Amino acid sequence: MTHPILQIKNLTKSYSGIKALDVVQLTLQKGEVHALMGENGAGKSTFMKILIGLLSPDSGEIIFDGDLLKSKTVSEISKMGISMIHQEILIIPELTVAQNIFLGREKEVFQNKTGWLNDKNIALKAADLLTQLGIEIDPKVKMKYLSVAQMQMVEIAKAVSNNAQVIIMDEPTSAISDKEVSTLFKIIRELKNKGVAIIYISHKMDEIFEICDTITVLRDGKYIATKSASELDKNSLIAMMVGREINNMFPGPLIQKGDVALSIKNLGKKGKFSAISFDVHAGEIFGISGLMGAGRTEIAEAIYGLSKADSGVIKINGEEVDITSPQDAVTKGIGYVSEDRKKLGFIPQLSVVQNLTLSSLSEHCRGIFIDNQKEITAADQMINELKIKASSRNQKVTHLSGGNQQKVVIGKVLAASPKIIILDEPTRGVDVGAKFEIYKLINNLAAEGISIIMISSELPEILGMSDRILVLSKGIQKAILSREEATAESIMSYAVH
Amino acid sequence: MENSFTSRFRNIGQYGIFLAFVMICLVLALSTPRFFTVSNLMNIGTQVSINALLAFGVTFVIITGGIDLSLGSMVAVTGVLAATFAHPDTYPLIVPVFIGLGGGLAIGAFNGLVITKSKVPPFIVTLGTMTIGRGLALILSKGRPISNLSDSFNFIGGSNLFGIPFPIIILVFAFVICSVILNKTILGRYMYAVGGNEPAARASGIHVNRVKMWVYTICGLLSAVGGILLTSRITTGQPNAGAGFELDAIAAAIIGGTSTSGGTGTMTGTLIGALLIGVISNSLDLLNVTSYYQQVVMGAIIIGAVVLDSMGKNKN
Repeated sequence: MTHPILQIKNLTKSYSGIKALDVVQLTLQKGEVHALMGENGAGKSTFMKILIGLLSPDSGEIIFDGDLLKSKTVSEISKMGISMIHQEILIIPELTVAQNIFLGREKEVFQNKTGWLNDKNIALKAADLLTQLGIEIDPKVKMKYLSVAQMQMVEIAKAVSNNAQVIIMDEPTSAISDKEVSTLFKIIRELKNKGVAIIYISHKMDEIFEICDTITVLRDGKYIATKSASELDKNSLIAMMVGREINNMFPGPLIQKGDVALSIKNLGKKGKFSAISFDVHAGEIFGISGLMGAGRTEIAEAIYGLSKADSGVIKINGEEVDITSPQDAVTKGIGYVSEDRKKLGFIPQLSVVQNLTLSSLSEHCRGIFIDNQKEITAADQMINELKIKASSRNQKVTHLSGGNQQKVVIGKVLAASPKIIILDEPTRGVDVGAKFEIYKLINNLAAEGISIIMISSELPEILGMSDRILVLSKGIQKAILSREEATAESIMSYAVH
Repeated sequence: MENSFTSRFRNIGQYGIFLAFVMICLVLALSTPRFFTVSNLMNIGTQVSINALLAFGVTFVIITGGIDLSLGSMVAVTGVLAATFAHPDTYPLIVPVFIGLGGGLAIGAFNGLVITKSKVPPFIVTLGTMTIGRGLALILSKGRPISNLSDSFNFIGGSNLFGIPFPIIILVFAFVICSVILNKTILGRYMYAVGGNEPAARASGIHVNRVKMWVYTICGLLSAVGGILLTSRITTGQPNAGAGFELDAIAAAIIGGTSTSGGTGTMTGTLIGALLIGVISNSLDLLNVTSYYQQVVMGAIIIGAVVLDSMGKNKN
């Protein structure tokens, strides 16, 4: 066996007495795809921040290609060959793909001492690089015109052009469609052949088993184990991550359905979707599936009044309604949990309490004055019910973990006592434990007679949760499948046509 | 233990401006005997009052992520409007006061309406209103100061109640009302929400445009109170009054910790910001520093306050 490209030994890091990382280790071979798994808060991000030089460890050593890395800056480490593809992609939208790839390194790459740039050379070099990796993107296009998946590929190309030996991918598939995932995997395999090692962070089990050779699990900052992917299966991996076995991710099947609560007829919006018709019963979980860009979120936004449909009728309990704004939707008993919780979910500067009561504030008031006691009581009830973990109810939401932020957003929607809830990617970027709790919550809500529309890119999730599934393709309604008819294959066959 | 200690430490950081203010006052009290006299303190209070009123208004606006540059012009228009109806033996006092307030309300509402309907940035809309307002003040007064105002009107800005100048009483009253609006009402909470994350506020079912209408209208109303106070104190309606007041008001809000990117800020901070500006210019007067240097000092303090604030934030 050749010597490993990266070897991390006994890494420890604490914040004001609390150990975020406790004697963690990892060994990475050339051309290996190594999954780093663990619930949110397990220490993955701290670990990676140390590796790329954003944080310095309290003790332990990192040996890269035979050299001990010690107190190096971020840029020194990236020059040595460790690169990270961030969850939030860092790009300059107004510059072209080629300009972004070589940004900050123009002088070295093009051996240009004068400071003048030749965009033609840059584009040629970028085109060369992209074809090498099998990425089909025009290097002269401005970055802002690319999809999230394409931007990610550009980031990968950038890392490769920087001679990266180790590439860290943090949730690379959280915002891209299944089809794009397979392109990404093709590129990862290409990198593997070149001998590049990859640390792959993701919550999605299927992907881990498809692409990764080795899996290292962290829990509460502690190193649990490193195993070959072939030795593990889903359940044993989950058990390692959470320290207990979750046998059935999707708790309990359903109770009876009630009357039709929401009825959509011929809903259409030019260029987005057309002729969408479906009914959702009280107590039903109605799934909407489709590839990225199929119009799922646009339909949700039209129902919730965030954007306006051009045509069609929406009925609530048999009565035709005209919803022109989210205020309208809230008063008519509709709640919406957006797929983009940072943009549309919460107010970062406000506390947990203040966010939880935002959609129902008038209920916690005397006249125009907020009744603090009432507000806190209502918020505390939500905090308990949803098991929101925060240092105090007055903590700012921006400081919570992703799973807890999501629970706050769901709590805010629930506090307004909606009868119909639209959940758009409710478990995106949420760890396994919190995911399971959100599933339980959704089932409980349905059992209380609330109608639920759930949009999800994760097939196991939508198959496990939904009573019926509407499949969209390019804005067109392809099928409504019952629980019995729906399989991963049947959904995909409708979704790609 | 450690938690409560660190949180207390952070709180001290939050009140850094307050500490700076207290320390400056202490130094002044020890170095210039004239500073800490009742008459000088009353004098500072009176001088600060108009800027503080405008600063309260603009604090609401900045918290929602907006800005209002038309404050100074609104002071002039409303002052001239009130003065027009305040000649002796014409109308009862209530008429000029209400016409002045109504003028401020109308211009503020106009700002709000254009900003919410056109989606033009508030900076540009209020820059326009600033020029329009100045023009209106000159048109209404035909370019000349309006003097010969009734005694009862001049009484507003020039009199005392139990030894306290009337402008200070109005200042305290406005401070209490503005604090209550910001901290205790739905409107106040919505202001923070809109400034903190406008798309999320809209998606939460908040009527964002209504909140914006409110803040610009309140800002106009407070400018009108300032305009009436100023006109009454100088016993003339001056079409050129209030030039540059908007910048002092914005400075007070920023020194007091209101973030120009929206979502944070307090009335107490703004009050201290306004007092700090007042105390410093007063002390520079007492120390016989020329007004040229005063401007340099004031500018340095604005930058210093924001630098300190952002350093504190980065530490967290």
